[in-house]
Amino acid sequence: MVVEGRVWKFGDDISTDLLYPQTAYSLPLDEAAKLVFSANRPGWSEAVEPGDIVVGGVNFGMGSSRPAVALLRELGVAANLAESFTNLYFRNCVNYALPPLGLPGILGLVSEGDRISVDFENGTVANITTGGSLVGEPLPPELLAIIRSGGVLSSLEEAGFLPPIETGATT
Amino acid sequence: MGLTMTEKILARAAGRESTSPGDILVCTVDRAVVLDMQFSSTAVPWRQPLKMAHPDRLAVILDHGAPAPSTRDADGHHMAREFCDRFGIEDFFDIGNHGICHQVIAERGLARPGELLLCSDPHTCAGGAFNTAARGVGGLEMIQIICTGTTWFVVAPSIRVELTGTLSEACEGKDVFLALAGRHGSAGNRNLEFAGSGVSTLSLHDRRTIATQCAEVNAEFSIFAADPVINNYLAERGVTETTPVEADPDATYDEIWPLELDSFEPQVATPGRILGNVSPVSEQRSVELDQCFIGSCANGHLEDFEIAANILDGRTTAPGTRLIVTPSSQQVYLDAVRAGYVATIMEAGGVVTSSTCGACFGYHMGVLGDGEVCLTASTRNFKGRIGSPSSEVYMASARTVAASAVAGRIIDSRELD
Repeated sequence: MVVEGRVWKFGDDISTDLLYPQTAYSLPLDEAAKLVFSANRPGWSEAVEPGDIVVGGVNFGMGSSRPAVALLRELGVAANLAESFTNLYFRNCVNYALPPLGLPGILGLVSEGDRISVDFENGTVANITTGGSLVGEPLPPELLAIIRSGGVLSSLEEAGFLPPIETGATT
Repeated sequence: MGLTMTEKILARAAGRESTSPGDILVCTVDRAVVLDMQFSSTAVPWRQPLKMAHPDRLAVILDHGAPAPSTRDADGHHMAREFCDRFGIEDFFDIGNHGICHQVIAERGLARPGELLLCSDPHTCAGGAFNTAARGVGGLEMIQIICTGTTWFVVAPSIRVELTGTLSEACEGKDVFLALAGRHGSAGNRNLEFAGSGVSTLSLHDRRTIATQCAEVNAEFSIFAADPVINNYLAERGVTETTPVEADPDATYDEIWPLELDSFEPQVATPGRILGNVSPVSEQRSVELDQCFIGSCANGHLEDFEIAANILDGRTTAPGTRLIVTPSSQQVYLDAVRAGYVATIMEAGGVVTSSTCGACFGYHMGVLGDGEVCLTASTRNFKGRIGSPSSEVYMASARTVAASAVAGRIIDSRELD
């Protein structure tokens, strides 16, 4: 799995309270997504474009089990890289099929706006803008398989645990 | 090769004899706990499963928005009731029988030695006090667990936290955690296994606070060994057949984190985060407070009420400083009323709310406005955690918070005359 996109760069200790503020709790997904990073980078949710890649520092996603990853997916974010993730957030990335890669040194490799290419099977990042690259640990194949299948929900639908979501109703 | 406590539980849950860090295991979950937010989420709408693996292993607890602060929460509660009816969930804790999930899990004996317990709240590691491998999962992952009864883990390396000595005067479990975070920093997604002669000197209340707070130092699991304190507590709740785990003498630990319990004074975390942000209370003494809060899964215990009431007895909160105290369950509330703690807190000017996660996550009953400053005995001090992004949240023990409510600024409880 290879994802290419434009970098948005954040610092250390990005919490799920910044990603998913409690004021978003009462809002539907599309409205809630507008509040992502509203406390630390107002206007970001309007500037980010589908296919962009979020890159953070250490402890990215610290905090809660709230579905912050669903909001990034709603905004079209294609991948999430960080110096390191907190484990709960990392689990959510896998389950929501937002490919994550923890890669020490990533903040030194990229600047905001750079185009990068991320190879999750090999754990490598190439900075297309600067020509630099970095090698880390690949994403385990078992977890890649969950992401490839579209995350947890689609697997549960296929196995008959969940009713399929009704789409395209014609009335 | 020997196994750590966490490795033993995960290996057993995966049907294996052994495991080691890096293994990817598919584990059968012994106990899953579903919360009200699972049903009321607008971002990820609830979808009732068509079938589920183990209804008898599931508990449903209303806690984050309980009683309902909005129609959306009320609708979520309704869906929870429908779900429990449909699948015959007996361990359903509805309004009146409710409490913060980790308190209900404890007082109902749902966290059991040697078992794997998962819940869609990050502070599920609270169950580690009972020798349970317990941790938080996402809401989506919880749907999978409801359906299949299983989930995956990448087995993490472990750190052994070696506690020695006894607590200094005026210190609580909260101070142990803050001192640990201050000295050793992030667990880096590794397991924290508490051991050493100091463990037996800590009350279950303190152990529960410590286990709960390990979420804030990025522990994968946090766990204590079972001992007579645990076994007696569970036996009082009818839980006698358990399968506790101990670490093998030759278990492999990445690091040993020593902590002498008598080597620190009361601690406080300054606003924004815990890691790298802890100092002795004596260094933050000039901070003036709009609100003091005691509550949450970490510090809404009966013992926190007792500590606060003892400090507030015969005293009043400072003008301009409000005190909000939230019990961690209906049972704690009732016990605190019977013991007279609630009256003492109210006579001092404090507000005692219904049991809920409430202000701890900035949802209701004690939300902060712009620029307000709060000292909290709850779980987190992140930016915007208890309300406005421009508010500031300091964090300390219930003892320090109660004393500071009297002073109107952060003080060491020993400064009260």
